Amino acid sequence: MTPETAYTRPRDLAEALAVRAAQPSWMVLAGGTDLMVSAIHKRVPAGILDLWRLPGVGAITEGAGGGLVIGAGATWLEIGRDARVAKAWSPLALAAREIGALQIQARGTLGGNIGTSSPVGDSLPALLALDAEIEVASVRGRRRVPYAAWCTGYRTTALAADELIVAAHLPPLAAGTHLAWRKVGTRRAQSISKVMGAAAMRVECGVVTDARIALGAVADRPIRIAAVEQAVRGLARAAAAEAARAAMRGAIRPIDDVRSSASYRDLVAENLVARFFSGMI
Amino acid sequence: MEPRAVGAPATVGTSLPRVDGVAKVTGRARYLDDLDAPGVWYGATVRSKIPHGVLDGFDLDPGYDWAGTGTVFVTAADIPGKNMILLIEEDQVALVPVGGRVMHVDEALALVAAPTKALAIAACAAVTPRITVKPAIFTMDAALAAEVKLYGDDNVYKQFLIRKGHARDAEFEAIVAGAAHVIEGEYVTGAQEQMYIEPQAMMAEWREGRCYIVGSMQCPYYVHKAMKALLGCGPTDVVIAQSVTGGGFGGKEEYPSMLAGHVALLAHKAQRAVKIVYERDEDIAATTKRHPARTRHRLAVDAAGEIVAIDVDCVMDGGAYLTLSPVVLSRGVLHAAGPYRCAVTRVRGRCVATNHPPHGAFRGFGAPQTTFPYERQIEKLAVLRGEDPLALRTRLALRKGDSTATSQILGASVGSDEVLTAIRDCAGTPPVRAGVAANGSPLRRGRGVCFYFHGAGFTGSGEARLAGRAQVAVVAGGRFEVRASSTDIGQGAITMFTQIASDALNVDPARVVVVDPNTRDVPDSGPTVASRTCMVVGGVVDRCCRRVRGRLEAWGREHGVTGDLAALANAYVESGAPELADMVQYEPPPGIAWDDATYTGAAYPVFGWGACLVDVEVDLDTYEVKLLRCVQAIDVGKAINPIIVKGQIEGGTLQALGWALLENIVYREGRVANASMTNCIVPTFADAPELETIMVEVPYPFGPSGAKGVGEIPMDGPAAAVANAVSDALGCAFDEIPILPEVVAASRDRWRLA
Repeated sequence: MTPETAYTRPRDLAEALAVRAAQPSWMVLAGGTDLMVSAIHKRVPAGILDLWRLPGVGAITEGAGGGLVIGAGATWLEIGRDARVAKAWSPLALAAREIGALQIQARGTLGGNIGTSSPVGDSLPALLALDAEIEVASVRGRRRVPYAAWCTGYRTTALAADELIVAAHLPPLAAGTHLAWRKVGTRRAQSISKVMGAAAMRVECGVVTDARIALGAVADRPIRIAAVEQAVRGLARAAAAEAARAAMRGAIRPIDDVRSSASYRDLVAENLVARFFSGMI
Repeated sequence: MEPRAVGAPATVGTSLPRVDGVAKVTGRARYLDDLDAPGVWYGATVRSKIPHGVLDGFDLDPGYDWAGTGTVFVTAADIPGKNMILLIEEDQVALVPVGGRVMHVDEALALVAAPTKALAIAACAAVTPRITVKPAIFTMDAALAAEVKLYGDDNVYKQFLIRKGHARDAEFEAIVAGAAHVIEGEYVTGAQEQMYIEPQAMMAEWREGRCYIVGSMQCPYYVHKAMKALLGCGPTDVVIAQSVTGGGFGGKEEYPSMLAGHVALLAHKAQRAVKIVYERDEDIAATTKRHPARTRHRLAVDAAGEIVAIDVDCVMDGGAYLTLSPVVLSRGVLHAAGPYRCAVTRVRGRCVATNHPPHGAFRGFGAPQTTFPYERQIEKLAVLRGEDPLALRTRLALRKGDSTATSQILGASVGSDEVLTAIRDCAGTPPVRAGVAANGSPLRRGRGVCFYFHGAGFTGSGEARLAGRAQVAVVAGGRFEVRASSTDIGQGAITMFTQIASDALNVDPARVVVVDPNTRDVPDSGPTVASRTCMVVGGVVDRCCRRVRGRLEAWGREHGVTGDLAALANAYVESGAPELADMVQYEPPPGIAWDDATYTGAAYPVFGWGACLVDVEVDLDTYEVKLLRCVQAIDVGKAINPIIVKGQIEGGTLQALGWALLENIVYREGRVANASMTNCIVPTFADAPELETIMVEVPYPFGPSGAKGVGEIPMDGPAAAVANAVSDALGCAFDEIPILPEVVAASRDRWRLA
């Protein structure tokens, strides 16, 4: 009566891609921090493709032109402790350090977060604000998808059935770019976000010339707030904060759920986005 | 551990390492889930998805291989005795019978047992109950309106009215009308999940017509009493044993009787051992929680700021069955007027029936729900008068010789001045009002204090009625067995008994063996509840040990045997004489008079006293409240083991802080919508401020070495201190907990920021 579950732990990426191509319905396991929680409630999968510590996809390396490439298998602990991430792409480092707690950070991976694509995935607004690209691979070859085009709906992504996530590419940020990140959760650890936000704001000659504002947990997927990004262009800090606050009104439609209320999420998102600009140092 | 030398220093008052500590931290301790009987099967529970209705029957899916797997299906028709969980009243069924009323979501309707857990879950899913839905009640107001009747004609499980200093309402109202100021408020406190780390777990097996049940529990004899009725058997036909228990907090006071009944019925039908260990979501959804409460409070003062009258009206939501509600309400009303001098008080309490899963015992047992209102009221008095909150409380506090709201004259061991002074001495300057966080958020900070008390032991004549007993016996190897039904549920009872026995016998602690409780080998010491294990049962163990010591020494003199007590014990056992054991029964201290009819007199043999100081910081961007500091000063009489007592205080404090700020049971149409550890939020260490604990020792002459209760009191006060601090920070009143960020956000129009 108990259904059997097949299990494979490939030795390298080539083998993993072959299994993925042959068994596209199998569950892909990275750190397992999401899957283990839901294991008792969900239908047992036909098979599990275990990518934990798969060689070649866990490293954090410097990319072309001053960018950074974070392997899909890198854990939050590794990302949170990486000096390069902390220095130049701080929203991702800050997100990594607030995910779950130490045990979760030691198992959970960037690739898992990107693949699960939960609306409350903590790293996802950071990837949006940092203009990341997701590199995927299959037996057919490799391709890159801008993260802005990655999420296609509630927990759905641009990943094809035979593809695996290999890495996230973080481009270098222009001089004068200010970064910010905030998570507001249900408590201070082991917490699911109620609202989170990440911002990359470029300031030249005292005015905002470019901004990427991303929010999580306020829609069915992480989203950029175009209205704010346009409203702040050409404004100095204080004016940008006010314009951002005004542009936030009606910009998002968060939901009520067991963790928080729509009105709270809306209000806090507005406060945080305004604070990103007024708090720029 | 090597036996210590005769005449070595006493262990009471020292932090003897936990007797059970090494086994627990090394994983050797075996919890119920670790225990297996040969051929054990796994049970699962078919539960209602409907809050109120009539059970018409069950549809069994033939797609599940019932016969091939041997799966057993148990309904109320399989119950050999009375279909009830016997506790106070005979109203809660073990399984809803066909034709019977379904009273709440997740109520147990039927049971299955199968060879594996996966099969049991599959079998459970293959059972569909047919229920005719009836209108349900989810609020206290709807319960009081009684358009739908769940219990009697008025849905009131129990009510109390306690008067002091007046005979009639008109007289009372005249006194209130004559006051210079009347502070009125309505206060709401929420349900709370115990969140013991080990879920409810139980295993049963029948051997030669006798039912053996082992599991996670606080009160083996409560389970024993319930099983005699449910199984329709005599006292020796069922044996209840406690397995190593990972926390209770009251949550394993009543519910284990339900689960024990379920595994016993399954084991009977399956003719083999059956175990059930709840999943966390099932445990949160189906088992008892702290009673939500709404309290209206009037505090009448004269021009000089003296209290002239206190009026309390408290309503609690008892949920779908009576369970322990009358007793929870009792403790609530008995503490509701607070530890303040007042000649005229009126306390009314009602506990009502709703279609929520039954609410039940939880650390503090009704007192936290009524402490929160009075300490918010006293704070409002301080604000009104512009008086220092601690000075005001010190001015009004009950002291030795004063009388409580039940007209109990306080005798020995009143630590009110000591705890208030301790807080005053360490308070320091309040936090700077305004600030800015590193991330730019504006901040407002505030300070709150509270002062409170908690009666130790059972109410009124309860301890005399319980007549708790313990036995101490001389056993082989020069050792002494302590036999009591008080359970160690993580709070340190075994170690505490060991220290008390070791000192009373004047032997090394290693010579004391506290036996694992089971109803065949230990007498009924009363339940492990009500802050009574140390003060009451510890006292009984102390007396028992002294008697055993006297008898053993007398035997030594008679038989010319010399040496220390361990040597005497050894010689006694080797002499082949019958077991030397003594049983002692609790004797209430003299002069305890309680009138159950008027609810007046000595409500408790003694009270513990507490004072608390909390500093908070509110983030005005996110509306989150951060705890900067929490100091608790608690009068425990005597800390038998200071580290254990400190642990009790810190744990109870954090539970109270969580109740104040985070813990929120989301009920939707009677169902717990956030039944997971992910969404049913309790504080983590990251949420805890530095907890400062001051143990005050004002000895209780009738407790072992002066000890009185400590288990519950830390839970009572901090919630009010938090609300007082947040109110101070934002300049407006917070009269409802939890003070979630959503609540703070919704209060912005009321802020008066300094």
